[in-house]
Amino acid sequence: MIRRNTIPFGPQHPVLPEPIQLRLVMEDEKIVEALPAVGYVHRGLEKIAEKKDYIQDVYLVERICGICSFMHSQNYCQGIESLMNVSVPDRARYLRVVWAELHRIHSHLLILGLAADAFGFENLFMRLWQIREIILDIMEKTAGGRVILGVCTLGGVKRDIPPALQDEILRQLDEAERQLSDVLPALVNDYSVKQRLVGIGVLPKDKAYELGAVGPVARASGLAMDLRETCYAAYGDLDFKMVTETAGDCYARTLVRVKELHTSAELVRKALKRMPEGPLSVPVKGNPTGEVLARIEQPRGELNFYIKGNATRNLERFRVRTPTFANLPALLHMLTGCQLADVPVIAICIDPCISCTER
Amino acid sequence: MLTDVKEIEIEHLHKEVWQLKRDGYRFVTMTCTDLGDAHDILYHFDLHYALKHLRLKLPRGTALPSISSQFFAAVLVENEMQDLFGIEVSGLAVDFKGRFMLSDGAPVAPLNKAPIGIGLDVRVKTPAPAEGVAQS
Repeated sequence: MIRRNTIPFGPQHPVLPEPIQLRLVMEDEKIVEALPAVGYVHRGLEKIAEKKDYIQDVYLVERICGICSFMHSQNYCQGIESLMNVSVPDRARYLRVVWAELHRIHSHLLILGLAADAFGFENLFMRLWQIREIILDIMEKTAGGRVILGVCTLGGVKRDIPPALQDEILRQLDEAERQLSDVLPALVNDYSVKQRLVGIGVLPKDKAYELGAVGPVARASGLAMDLRETCYAAYGDLDFKMVTETAGDCYARTLVRVKELHTSAELVRKALKRMPEGPLSVPVKGNPTGEVLARIEQPRGELNFYIKGNATRNLERFRVRTPTFANLPALLHMLTGCQLADVPVIAICIDPCISCTER
Repeated sequence: MLTDVKEIEIEHLHKEVWQLKRDGYRFVTMTCTDLGDAHDILYHFDLHYALKHLRLKLPRGTALPSISSQFFAAVLVENEMQDLFGIEVSGLAVDFKGRFMLSDGAPVAPLNKAPIGIGLDVRVKTPAPAEGVAQS
């Protein structure tokens, strides 16, 4: 008779960059049930946002995540701008795309490297993170910071990217893509890598939709969902093409991220090329009133901010729903029926960001 | 601005949610706001990038029926609301009993608004200084 055991996976585990616990109910080596336990890095950021004024919140919100920080401030600014009927200058819309897509590239390289580390390919992990340094260097040159950029502001952006720097960015992007063309075949074609990823953690398309999966997790299952299609910022002018796969396994999720590296690099190139001259921001006066659900496409998927203003400088309510939070029910489905040895790879392939999730 | 918001009564919640599920909507998330004598509960759904919202006013002390049997994706956010707003959610597919986001000794319902007063938050307890510690 097979005995059932419960194994705690995490909160501290070599494969997890941040703390989350998965309680795994096992029958021998097979998982029959999984439950998440969170709360290890809950900071009460939603409450703090209500205590600060809505302008200070731009800086606070950027610190929700230490990976896709710019996109948090971008989504917050877009939400407040929509509440206050502020039209952002065209140049600022393009600059926001440039920084957002640079963030997507560095975030995808980060998680692809961690995935390589999870399935034991340390050399690949180090090479991918080496290439990520090129992107972080670009961000440092344009904004002064490598991850927390502090360039998004209500009404536009704070910094410009002058023509000389644009040329430098294009050269560095070409160099990053050249290096990636050497490295990525190992990730995509290697026999051992495929053995660890193909057919593992399968999430069928209908389940992905029912469980509310978002981002590369949803797109790898064949769901054509990417908020960049809604043409926020300057995406409507950049011929954005969504990447999807159909297998719904860890390999498909990896492929989506690999292809999105090139899509993002192309979007940066187009945005720099088509960026019009003009002011960087417009003044924002008054206080926000009303409520909005602001959404953008983060590297991990759809980011939702509910913002409710009450005509004072403090928000009535600020709520954050991050993509990892939306992908947790899908993760539980993927884990059920898999082997214990596959848990690290499955967990890392949803690209979990726990500090975002817990706020 | 938030558009396509339908105000509903608590007894019609499951019927409305089933209707959205039949129409192909995807559960996005829920938002709870403390209104003082009640909680404002918003359910957000999406279909082809178009959002639809259900809004209900939940009087304090009233249990909120879970929609996790209809949309399992709602189970985590309902548990979160139970922790952070002190709302009892009935019929949860998985009930963390108020220990999903918070641990023992954490403030009770920390996202509820502080009672109107002189500005002191009564939920914050300042520990008494240890014996023998000099007072400045």
